[in-house]
Amino acid sequence: MPEIKVTPLGAGQDVGRSCILVSIGGKNIMLDCGMHMGYNDDRRFPDFSYITQNGRLTEFLDCVIISHFHLDHCGALPYMSEMVGYDGPIYMTHPTKAICPILLEDFRKITVDKKGETNFFTSQMIKDCMKKVVPLNLHQTVQVDDELEIKAYYAGHVLGAAMVHIKVGSESVVYTGDYNMTPDRHLGAAWIDKCRPDILISESTYATTIRDSKRCRERDFLKKVHESIERGGKVLIPVFALGRAQELCILLETFWERMNLKAPIYFSTGLTEKANHYYKLFITWTNQKIRKTFVQRNMFEFKHIKAFDRSYADNPGPMVVFATPGMLHAGQSLQIFKKWAGNEKNMVIMPGYCVQGTIGHKILNGQKKLEMEGRSTLDVKLQVEYMSFSAHADAKGIMQLIRMAEPRNMLLVHGEAVKMEFLKGKIEQEFSIDCYMPANGETATVTTNPSVPVDISLNLLKREMALGGPLPDPKKPRTMHGTLIMKENSLKLVSSEQALKELGLNEHQLRFTCRVQLQDPHSDTDTLHRIYTHLKSVLKGYTIQHLPDGTVMVESIVIKVSSSAEDTDTKVLLLSWSYQDEDLGSFLSTLLKKGLPSGLC
Amino acid sequence: MAAHLKKRVYEEFSKVVQIPHEEAPAKKLRLSKPSKSAALHIDLCKATNSTDALQYLLQFARKPVEAESVEGVVRILLEHYYKETDNSVRLKIASLLGLLSKTQGFSPDCIVDDAISTLGNEKSHQVLAQLLDTLLVIGTQLPESPTVRLRLIEVAYKHLSDTYFGVRNKCLQLLGCLGMVDAPLAKDSEAPGTSLGGVKDVQSIISNYFGDQDPRVRTAAIKAMLQLHERGMKTHQIIYDQACRLLSDDYEQVRSAAVQMVWVLSQLYPESIVPIPSSNEEIRLVDDAFGKISHMVSDGSWMVRVQAAKTLGSMLQVSPHFLEQTLDKKLMSDLRRKRTAHERAKELFASGEFSSGRKWADDAPKEKLDTNTVNLIASGACGAFVHGLEDEMFEVRIAAVEALCQLARSSPSFAEKCLDFLVDMFNDEIEEVRLQSIHVLREISMHITLREDQLDTVLAVLEDSSRDIREALHELLCYTNVSTKECIQLALLELLKNLNKYPTDRNSVWKCLKFLGSRHPTLVLPLVPELLSTHPYFDTPEPDMDDPAYIAVLVLVFNAAKSCPTMLALFSDHTFRHYAYLRDSLSHLVPPLRLPGRKQVYGLDSVDSGSGSGSVESAHLFLQQSLNRVSTIQNLEAPGAQDLLDFTIRDLQRLGELQTELAGAADFCATYLRCQLLLMKALQDKLWNMAVPLCLKQNVTATAAAQQILEETYKLEFLYSGLESRQVATIHHIRLQAKALQLILTARTRQGLDPLIGSCEKFLQEVESFQRLFLTELPHLQDSFVDKLLELMPRLSSCKPVELVKILQTTLRQSGLLQLKLPEQIHRATATIIEPTGESDNPLRFTTGLVLALDIDATLEHIQDPQNTIKVQVLYPDGQSHVIHPKPGDFRKPGPDRHRLITQVYLSHSAWTEPSQIEVRLLLAYSSSSTSLSSPSKLGWSDSIDSLPPPEAAVEGTIPLSKPVKVYIMPKPARR
Repeated sequence: MPEIKVTPLGAGQDVGRSCILVSIGGKNIMLDCGMHMGYNDDRRFPDFSYITQNGRLTEFLDCVIISHFHLDHCGALPYMSEMVGYDGPIYMTHPTKAICPILLEDFRKITVDKKGETNFFTSQMIKDCMKKVVPLNLHQTVQVDDELEIKAYYAGHVLGAAMVHIKVGSESVVYTGDYNMTPDRHLGAAWIDKCRPDILISESTYATTIRDSKRCRERDFLKKVHESIERGGKVLIPVFALGRAQELCILLETFWERMNLKAPIYFSTGLTEKANHYYKLFITWTNQKIRKTFVQRNMFEFKHIKAFDRSYADNPGPMVVFATPGMLHAGQSLQIFKKWAGNEKNMVIMPGYCVQGTIGHKILNGQKKLEMEGRSTLDVKLQVEYMSFSAHADAKGIMQLIRMAEPRNMLLVHGEAVKMEFLKGKIEQEFSIDCYMPANGETATVTTNPSVPVDISLNLLKREMALGGPLPDPKKPRTMHGTLIMKENSLKLVSSEQALKELGLNEHQLRFTCRVQLQDPHSDTDTLHRIYTHLKSVLKGYTIQHLPDGTVMVESIVIKVSSSAEDTDTKVLLLSWSYQDEDLGSFLSTLLKKGLPSGLC
Repeated sequence: MAAHLKKRVYEEFSKVVQIPHEEAPAKKLRLSKPSKSAALHIDLCKATNSTDALQYLLQFARKPVEAESVEGVVRILLEHYYKETDNSVRLKIASLLGLLSKTQGFSPDCIVDDAISTLGNEKSHQVLAQLLDTLLVIGTQLPESPTVRLRLIEVAYKHLSDTYFGVRNKCLQLLGCLGMVDAPLAKDSEAPGTSLGGVKDVQSIISNYFGDQDPRVRTAAIKAMLQLHERGMKTHQIIYDQACRLLSDDYEQVRSAAVQMVWVLSQLYPESIVPIPSSNEEIRLVDDAFGKISHMVSDGSWMVRVQAAKTLGSMLQVSPHFLEQTLDKKLMSDLRRKRTAHERAKELFASGEFSSGRKWADDAPKEKLDTNTVNLIASGACGAFVHGLEDEMFEVRIAAVEALCQLARSSPSFAEKCLDFLVDMFNDEIEEVRLQSIHVLREISMHITLREDQLDTVLAVLEDSSRDIREALHELLCYTNVSTKECIQLALLELLKNLNKYPTDRNSVWKCLKFLGSRHPTLVLPLVPELLSTHPYFDTPEPDMDDPAYIAVLVLVFNAAKSCPTMLALFSDHTFRHYAYLRDSLSHLVPPLRLPGRKQVYGLDSVDSGSGSGSVESAHLFLQQSLNRVSTIQNLEAPGAQDLLDFTIRDLQRLGELQTELAGAADFCATYLRCQLLLMKALQDKLWNMAVPLCLKQNVTATAAAQQILEETYKLEFLYSGLESRQVATIHHIRLQAKALQLILTARTRQGLDPLIGSCEKFLQEVESFQRLFLTELPHLQDSFVDKLLELMPRLSSCKPVELVKILQTTLRQSGLLQLKLPEQIHRATATIIEPTGESDNPLRFTTGLVLALDIDATLEHIQDPQNTIKVQVLYPDGQSHVIHPKPGDFRKPGPDRHRLITQVYLSHSAWTEPSQIEVRLLLAYSSSSTSLSSPSKLGWSDSIDSLPPPEAAVEGTIPLSKPVKVYIMPKPARR
């Protein structure tokens, strides 16, 4: 039986450095190639030595597919392709291809220039790596080679995020990457058709969460900002450059527009500006509202949001500032925070999770005095708010996707083991399908039952159709006679005559004969006649002939009678039939073995 | 190759041979029917190949065919059909047959046989499908013929097993449209029963195709079943299971149709019990269906989601337990139950700690959940609306909001629950959705009382920059119940903020406060000292009377005071003065109050203070009495008659001012009586006894009177709604009198017969058309002018103009007053321009040659079809006048019989030396032809326009509807 094997190199019962190997129908595919945020050593990247100890990966992998531009999904890409060595195609969507190098370059700068690491990939490597990328469009079927084809579906989550449907012959796998089933202010919801893959590999970050309505949180957020602005306070929103930041921008921008507010909104420059540029370009990847209104106005061409300058922080009057990084541990957001922390009118809104040890984490826990470097302390008087906007599917969303795609097996990655366990149980219970959750390096194997396509000749089909009823009944299988020819990797079902002709063979007749002994005191001819009448009464609707040469023909079955040499009462019946009439022949022989009914004349 | 060539040659030859062969019957037919059919036939015969024939047919289809020649055409088409070898031509012929059988006045039963017989020989599936479609048309054209119907059904049964999906589709459609509603066709189908395999019931036959391999056929089968249901056949409950299975079909159109099917069944058998699979429990069918349809709200296709969300709204029988699940998502986080933000808000409010800063981990999950009890794919309705309201497509969200509205209106407890969700929708990104949810909240507001925190979120929307949203919210606040005095204060504050930010909302805000005050008098009472900033010991400065904010506060307080007499004691002196002022200037916003020690005010108000039903009754009585009194006037010369009319008109006008409910009726009567009075005066004058040249001056006044009467009658006819045909007849009658007067005056003043003959004829025509239009009303017009005229009609039409004028003169003077009977409800169309106000002294400056957009905001009342009748007139100081037609989209309908026009008109003019005023007003356009029998305007297959009676001279004109507003503008010369 053919098998599909799935081995996570990263993201197996874990979040971070997503990298999943799939071998399907003799093809090896790598799904995502991410890095782990939590490590600074070798564990940062997936262990490519699992694939091959030394040498390049090209000959072991048929293609690499990147689902979206987050570093935990593409961070190891230049390392793999340039340093380990891979020359095959890398597939990603257009927005991902555009934004990915910006993030990789940023990542490289921080690691090499700031932390001073060596033996890291260079800018040139990023460029070289990007040259190997083949862009994908949504719902476009791309033929990687003759057998392997991939198709991308919309996944929400971030701009350009995609789910991929990988298909070899009739076997298929769907990899979701990260996805979001609830639309947000700038992106739509993930969608897939009923493709019924053999395995659905899904992320499960929020496997044990069912989230509240998004509108509540949005409304809260807007209200907080609005109130603070009305008081004349300044609002600081620390963000990471991509993804949520754009969502919040759109949210505030439209709110400003609606409410006719005048206070300025600033966005700290740098990375974001470049990224915003791409958001403007890839309008087709955004949600209904933005897509529909962009003819009048591109929503990402912000009216109220302007670039931030360091000097603006001291300006009087209310303002809203988006600044990086998101956890207030360094950079511009921290500088602004220090300036504004002393005034209780001001407010800071943390839109995401903060790692322990960062200032973000401290103030969220209600710390009122912060120790700064140089033994100075900072009084935190401003209001601290927490507002989480996450773009992953929750447990319900995952179930919804399963219902949409109707997979035969389920495989969970990108989540914590305990939470996966819960979801796994639920999936098995609700859908009664197998669910796997392999750890890193562990292989999950799924046997498939692929259907084998066979060409059937039209003539044969029509002939069979003519025999049966007018309509094929999809629920009932039908037997038909034909010859299966396997020739040069193709299968063909043709009628036997045609097969003989094609193969240049002579037709051989195959006949079965059998003798049946019968106790019958009549003469041979009488017995024959008796048999004739008997059969005639039993087999209605068949042509039965009594031929003058002393035989009875039932269709093509010949019946002869001869008396045995020693006992004239014992008649020996000779039955002969060709193998096509096997059914009727064996029926007749058993019928005649029972003897003739006495009442016959 | 040679053989092949030969074959082709032979083919060509055979076609050439066919032509003379076809021509023979053509001649015969042309003799009998020299019409379109013959032309068609010749065309078809000329066609040498199928492409040509197709072209001819296409051309033919563009022209209409008269009813009597349809049959001939059909015969020719059929004849050609049998000969034709090309599928596409046959297909076109088949479709033409269907088109032809729709011709009015043609009964297609004669071609049923032919159409059915063609079916038998047809090989092409496409043509077969088209033929069945034709039969469907024929069948629907002949609803009363059971035999045809039976035959068609039989045909449908026979072809149901076709291999082509289109044929099966059409057969199912045929069954759906024609299948027997009343009884299973037991007897009739048993005759050809062998082929049917003993199946007798239409429904079970159709339901067999629910499992067809082609999704289009499955859809058609469900649609056919729905059609049967629509036609009144009771669908069997067995189908429910099948329909539920189809909900998970692979194709969206099937799922969408299945949703409808399940809905239909749930409405038919709401109370029957169905088992829940994999358990022993049983639930009501409507609950089960509700759960299943709720599930479809998270379907993959948005069309299905819209369908499902819409359908949910109409399942009112569902049990409350299920209904409430739709708003419950059972939040959890890390397997621990979490409360929704709504619940938290409620708790915060309950604990008295409102609007505290949000704490970190405030939403921390609480108790641990048992993993077994968490149901992720909730069986049933869980969170359906939460999903629907969060949907990506706004179409789904709107459908969900509407469904919420419908369900909430019938269930107060559900209304309470869905409040939070609706309020959340105020923040939607699409304005349409926001607006819709505000409207919905208004509709269910009688069930709910807003908590303070909820009101707070609602009020936040007051700052929206969209005027529609704000006004919808004001409307909502008019109907809202709030629970505490803080709420009132909050609402007032926000409304004042709104007023400050958008001063144009003034009227709307005041109106809103009026309702808020009269709805919550007890809640306003403790706030009064603060609101009016009075102090027990000190006199506070008197606020500025022109401040809209102060007026707003006063409107709130006065309306509350109306049902709370103790409040008056809290007013300071200037408040009473302001009351008197406002009561006069804004009487629609300030109610009459019983002020202590202010008898004169009280006395003045007494007329309309008790505006209960009693006073309306008495006013009505008064109106009737006045009319009766007037009706006693028989003779025009009777002493005092004119005075009586004068007084009555004055009385009625005053009555209209006092009693708004009767304003329409009173105005109508007054105008009518004025017409009568004018007519009377004109006739009474001595001029009739004098020689013509001596009374030129009187002639002029009489002419003016006749003209005025005519104008007034148009007003009477088109400005008032609720007129019955009797009143219209009365109006037309007086118009006829005015016209007669005009005729007489023309005859007296003008010399020369020629123009007189023309106008006499015209007048007689009008009399005739009057008779035609009001044939049913003539009995009521006894002894009137027209009555007499009609008696004399034979004589009139033959006599000379001079004689006619004489007769007219005597009849006119002899005829009495026609009594006016009041209709039940009569309303006068009114329009008020709110914006521009005409108070501005700053001219609007613009450059000559460019345009200035002037915003116009007006309310219209009791106007039917304002999109077509309302025009804006701009009158420039130089006498130029422009009439502008507002776009249909500029009209909104905030309530029954009310419209709102918010539009922009573009002004332009050549340069002026100094600013000057232009006048803007609204006009009501009318056309007398629209009230008369509407002329058949559609010219489809029957192009017989010339046989119509000549259209009556349609009088078109406009009536000024609103007071003109002056706008100061200044076109500056362009600088070069």
